[in-house]
Amino acid sequence: MPTMSNSQPFPSGPLARYLLQIADDQLIMGHRNSEWTGLGPILEEDIAFSSVAQDQVGHALAFYEYLQAECGADHPDQTAFNRPENQMLCNGLVEQPIGDYAFSLVRHWCYDHAVRLRYESLSGIPNQTLQSIAVKLRGEVKYHTFHADTWMKSLLEGSEESRLRMLAAIKEVWPLALGMFESWVGEEDWLVELAGNGQGWYPGEAALRLQWQEQALRSLQTWGVDVEKLGLEKMEPVLGGRQGYHTVHLAPLLEEMTAVFRLDPQAEW
Amino acid sequence: MPILSLDPRVNRLQAEQVSAEQGPVLAPGDHWPSYQVFHQRRRGEKHSSVGIVHAPSSEMAMALAKEQFGRRGETSNLWVVCSADVLEMDYADEDVFRTTPSKSYRDPAGYKVNDKIDAYKAKNQG
Repeated sequence: MPTMSNSQPFPSGPLARYLLQIADDQLIMGHRNSEWTGLGPILEEDIAFSSVAQDQVGHALAFYEYLQAECGADHPDQTAFNRPENQMLCNGLVEQPIGDYAFSLVRHWCYDHAVRLRYESLSGIPNQTLQSIAVKLRGEVKYHTFHADTWMKSLLEGSEESRLRMLAAIKEVWPLALGMFESWVGEEDWLVELAGNGQGWYPGEAALRLQWQEQALRSLQTWGVDVEKLGLEKMEPVLGGRQGYHTVHLAPLLEEMTAVFRLDPQAEW
Repeated sequence: MPILSLDPRVNRLQAEQVSAEQGPVLAPGDHWPSYQVFHQRRRGEKHSSVGIVHAPSSEMAMALAKEQFGRRGETSNLWVVCSADVLEMDYADEDVFRTTPSKSYRDPAGYKVNDKIDAYKAKNQG
């Protein structure tokens, strides 16, 4: 049995919780995307996509380190690898298996544009440390979205086969992508508190979702996608992740991801 | 007969081997053109050729070049140029350069000015 840590699973306060959600998303997304390493469609893309995955795990670390330094959370290794499934706060989209390359690309596109919006918002926070983390990580996400946009455009405007496969993937990903913006415990009170302090940097999940959706639909239309025909605007989000209720895919992922860690949870790496 | 390889990427092509002498028959899009990548370390420095990537468009070439050639060390900027757009000299014409190494009078090392500079320095210091 792994030794359970003495620190509380959730560092207290809404800011810490919000950052933990971002970090958990990045950790699981990075782990999933790294499953393509060695299997990518062409060598150059294999390297590029693996590098994106590596960035994402690095982003998770940046926030886990902040949580340890400023919010009383445990060591990043413990936070990342020693929490039970119901204490993980990642969304359902990042948990899904990699599927085919169309699925992974559409997910990458949806996910990194959402991350871009979160980092843009976070870079307005009146907290020097977090502001500089956000500004630094934004550069990497700028590349992630450029990479994703280039593939989306290329395959949606490519052959009949590539277009149909991308459209099918978009339909599959969409409800999960909407779930990235699930409202979370404490969000509402925090928004009131932030407004009271004159802090407008975090607009809340509903507003982020609207912003994301508007930009995503506009891009799809420029690539010739009939979004009405796909029924995207009527789709309902897949929820639960932010409350610790996960899709069936997270448990096996955690099992695999933490296998080495659990051999000796107190080991120094 | 389709070409079989240990590399699944080659098998996915389902390309036909016509004969031992001739290469595989590829459909358009099966084989992407190559792009030359030029890397600039810092602003103001020159861009240097660092290698190639394969891509279906220049945008994709840039997206892929960033990770192949800009993921380590310092980078300020990248260029990508479709290899087909580069005018290359024919190696059969290499003889145009053959006599160049013997034209040492074109080499600035042939000018002996150091004695004069040293003399000038000595004079002005003293």
